[in-house]
Amino acid sequence: MSIAAKANALWEYANPRKFLSTSERVMPFFWMASAVCIVVGLVWGFFFTPDDYKQGSTVKIIYLHVPAALMAINCWLMMLVTSLVWLVRRHHVSALAARAAAPVGIVMTLIALATGAIWGQPMWGTWWAWDPRLTSFLILFLFYLGYVALWEAIEDPDTAADLTSVLCLVGSVFAILSRYAVNFWNQGLHQGASVMRTAAVTGADTEEKVSNIYFYPLMLCIVGFVLLFIALVLYRTGTEIRVRRIKALLARERVSG
Amino acid sequence: MMPDLGKYADTVLWSYAASVGLLMALIVFSILRGRKIRSEMEKIEQRMTRNG
Repeated sequence: MSIAAKANALWEYANPRKFLSTSERVMPFFWMASAVCIVVGLVWGFFFTPDDYKQGSTVKIIYLHVPAALMAINCWLMMLVTSLVWLVRRHHVSALAARAAAPVGIVMTLIALATGAIWGQPMWGTWWAWDPRLTSFLILFLFYLGYVALWEAIEDPDTAADLTSVLCLVGSVFAILSRYAVNFWNQGLHQGASVMRTAAVTGADTEEKVSNIYFYPLMLCIVGFVLLFIALVLYRTGTEIRVRRIKALLARERVSG
Repeated sequence: MMPDLGKYADTVLWSYAASVGLLMALIVFSILRGRKIRSEMEKIEQRMTRNG
């Protein structure tokens, strides 16, 4: 099959029936794999890694803080892609997938903010600072809340999908800022990237990097969070598709008397 | 079995409790809502089939 044909085959999943049947087939794998990766990663990190020489046992928070923060940003980027698909091709499943992902993003952002504050208190001496990365993350969190509120506030689903998609495009600035705020402003309490930086992992640069002792269980947790995110979004998109069908059935019932 | 977390025990344990609690709440809420909506849809479909 050519690449163009493969790309075209992807649009088949815009059909709700096709999406539901495929997602129900693959979902058990994602639930199981995510549970295994997260449990093994957390147990490995919590019980079998040493304390850091500077941060003590608080280093164990990294196994939750970093995966949650990564997913908070990437969830918004996934919503951006599906929102663009909605705006350009008007596929309802893509708009519903964005809607389904938003609460997952809220929880991931909340975990990143909460664990960051709890970790920051003993390390920085404060729960919160108006640091570029922390502030852009807080704004991202507010964008998530606004996105969900906008969906709930508008009765017509197509109008809601249009407006939330535009909001998603605007919010993407903060999703990107959350990732690169430290590089842009080069100030504040939060450190720069020390995990997802190729040169740090390979040892090609001399900046501070995460030791391999912490890196392997951390990668397992990151993979687990990605798989959990996929499982949750597939499941919740299925729910949103059914909600839409219920509304259509009730409307048909009303019309037929 | 429990590692010695030293003076940061509260910090670490609160982080884990908050994160696992939030994740579990999200999963449980998503599944409960999904089941409710699915059964609601099936009821409506059956009713519509019965009524032609």
